[in-house]
Amino acid sequence: MPDAPLLRIAGLVKHFPLGGGLLTAPRGWVQAVNDVSFAVHRGESFGLVGESGCGKTTVGRMVLGLIHPTRGRIEFDGQAIQDLSRREFGRLRRRMHIIFQDPYSSLDPRMTVERIVTEPLLADRRPPRAERRRAAAELLDKVGLRAADLDKYPHEFSGGQRQRIGIARALCARPRLIVADEPVSALDVSIQAQVINLIQDLQQEFGLSYIFISHDLSVVEHVCNRIAVMYLGGIVELAPAANFSRCPRHPYTAALLAAVPLPDPHRRAAAPAMEGDVPSPIDPPGGCPFHPRCRHAFERCSKEKPPLVPAVEGHSVACWLNDGRGLE
Amino acid sequence: MTDRLLSIEDLSVAFHTPEGTARAVDRVSFDLNKGETLGVVGESGCGKSVTSLSILGLIPSPPGAIESGLIRFEGRNLLELDPEDLRGLRGRDIAMIFQEPMSSLNPVLAIGRQVAEPLMIHRGLGRQAALDHAAEWLDRVRIPAARRRLYDYPHQLSGGMRQRVMIAMAMVCRPKLLIADEPTTALDVSIQAQILALMLELKNEMGMALLLITHNLGVVAQMASRVVVMYAGQVVEEARTVDLFDRPFHPYTQGLLRSMPLLGARPGGGSRRLNEIPGMVPAITEALAGCRFAPRCPHAFDRCRADAPDLFAVRDGQRARCWLQPHPERRRTDA
Ligand SMILES: Nc1ncnc2c1ncn2[C@@H]1O[C@H](COP(=O)(O)OP(=O)(O)OP(=O)(O)O)[C@@H](O)[C@H]1O
Ligand SMILES: Nc1ncnc2c1ncn2[C@@H]1O[C@H](COP(=O)(O)OP(=O)(O)OP(=O)(O)O)[C@@H](O)[C@H]1O
Ligand code: SF4
Ligand SMILES: [Mg+2]
Ligand SMILES: [Mg+2]
Repeated sequence: MPDAPLLRIAGLVKHFPLGGGLLTAPRGWVQAVNDVSFAVHRGESFGLVGESGCGKTTVGRMVLGLIHPTRGRIEFDGQAIQDLSRREFGRLRRRMHIIFQDPYSSLDPRMTVERIVTEPLLADRRPPRAERRRAAAELLDKVGLRAADLDKYPHEFSGGQRQRIGIARALCARPRLIVADEPVSALDVSIQAQVINLIQDLQQEFGLSYIFISHDLSVVEHVCNRIAVMYLGGIVELAPAANFSRCPRHPYTAALLAAVPLPDPHRRAAAPAMEGDVPSPIDPPGGCPFHPRCRHAFERCSKEKPPLVPAVEGHSVACWLNDGRGLE
Repeated sequence: MTDRLLSIEDLSVAFHTPEGTARAVDRVSFDLNKGETLGVVGESGCGKSVTSLSILGLIPSPPGAIESGLIRFEGRNLLELDPEDLRGLRGRDIAMIFQEPMSSLNPVLAIGRQVAEPLMIHRGLGRQAALDHAAEWLDRVRIPAARRRLYDYPHQLSGGMRQRVMIAMAMVCRPKLLIADEPTTALDVSIQAQILALMLELKNEMGMALLLITHNLGVVAQMASRVVVMYAGQVVEEARTVDLFDRPFHPYTQGLLRSMPLLGARPGGGSRRLNEIPGMVPAITEALAGCRFAPRCPHAFDRCRADAPDLFAVRDGQRARCWLQPHPERRRTDA
């Protein structure tokens, strides 16, 4: 089935206990992810955006099996992850990898670059030293570093170079899917462009799929084919990149877009489109989770939670406006 | 008499460390008029924070040392002021807010007390009067239920609310100059928009000048009337904001503006590559001949590698540190 998605997620939920210990009951639950479903196709870049704490990283960590979902189903290459044995999961797990936001803390400072980038190989077997070195040199070449860098340590590199090392490491086990969690957020503009181009070039070369997590809407729009906007643990809109900023359907997406400071002094923003802070995920509002901050909210919004449904072909929204089609 | 508030002339700051001398700020000059918003942009390590800390006499020394220059505030050279007078100025006439509010808020002091403190120190207000005033300010920066929150501690607030508290603290004494160093970098865009709008509103109301330091060109385009672009410790371009965005002169400024993905410009699957500036910023400990941007510059020619360019006037109000100004024929049209 060449057209089956690489990754399919259905009804994913994650609640973290709040406080409590071995013997005491938690004081409550952080509803970090609430009923999230989406699919990532082969060769696709799927974007996850939304404000801090909306659950982006938690989704990524569940996909990689780093934390267990409270409920829900994750299928990779047609296989449900929870049905796999430990060994089978281990094998499959190597076909996914993660790139972290912080190039400073995600690399072990005591390891050489050679060790860092070839570590994923050791999970399978112990390749001879010469082979490891060759593999490492090849990987460094792919990400624009030099073989001369093999014996250096992370502190000898700039932020952008460290992120390249992280990318080389992610590529090492020839993954099919890479979860890139804020991969360029810590980088300066000019270096950001280099790393974004690299991420895209490698996708072409290796046929990779990405889950690309970022709070930078312009970066996500540039990199991704489709974009899911999360609010308080749920997806409120799922749009093709071509529609994302041109015709957002969810008032939250529209407000986020309006808040982006445009690098154009001729188009200065009017008053901020959204007041207040995101409510607590411990006790999220009933109905549409966005209704307390929404300038379009009407009666139904505080009573019933709108489902995520297609408004037009390929573009879904969870909003009661216009009979569930959101902004028009 | 002009309406000049602050002028920095030929400021040089170095850090003497075991690894060598870092020329963090190298002969930086710029002016700020009363009520004006000046943006200072540039990449990490280019010397933005060191420049602003110099104004307040906050450079850690050693290892840091102001090697030369003048910083004039209302005609007085701050570098020659005695520490007592400088402390008096700080918080009263010149206030500062930082990127990470947690590092400048006292974690064990209630926020009301922290906002009230400058009023007690600089305005001689009694404790209760200062707290009343603090409550008004917290309300003014839209902390919900401000009076009840006077006794909250910083960790009980969200990042956006902490930054609001910082703004209240900075504004209570109605300073003539607010230095904001990456005031919104740690915040979500929605909260960033609220904080920027608040700063603009207070600035207009009080006629305060704003020195806005950021690496975000969008923030600068939205807020500043003039912009200074720094690279590797130097000012490389200075212009009115509209000129900088419409007619950037320096190849670095041009490269930066072109390397940003723009919302709505070319969505979808990244089928188009971003324009990149190759290479990276040179270490400022290296002795550099010629233009500091030359190793990354698509237009660099022999003179660029041999001599360091001055800041040349490009047009009224715009200057650029680039040899292309006296040698326009060298600008490549294919780059
Ligand atoms: N291990 C944990 N225990 C308790 N709560 C957690 C845990 N991990 C995450 N959370 C909470 O779950 C929610 C979602 O967090 P998550 O890290 O997924 O957000 P995010 O969208 O990645 O945010 P950011 O943009 O700040 O990285 C937050 O409220 C967070 O505090
Ligand atoms: N205390 C210090 N000791 C040694 N070097 C320092 C010190 N403080 C700053 N520097 C150096 O001075 C240079 C300029 O630093 P500065 O903090 O001004 O950069 P910046 O432009 O504010 O960068 P960022 O965007 O990362 O905040 C850097 O190269 C930095 O390493
Ligand atoms: S002086 Fe030369 S190298 Fe420097 S920016 Fe101008 S053209 Fe480029
Ligand atoms: Mg995250
Ligand atoms: Mg700084």
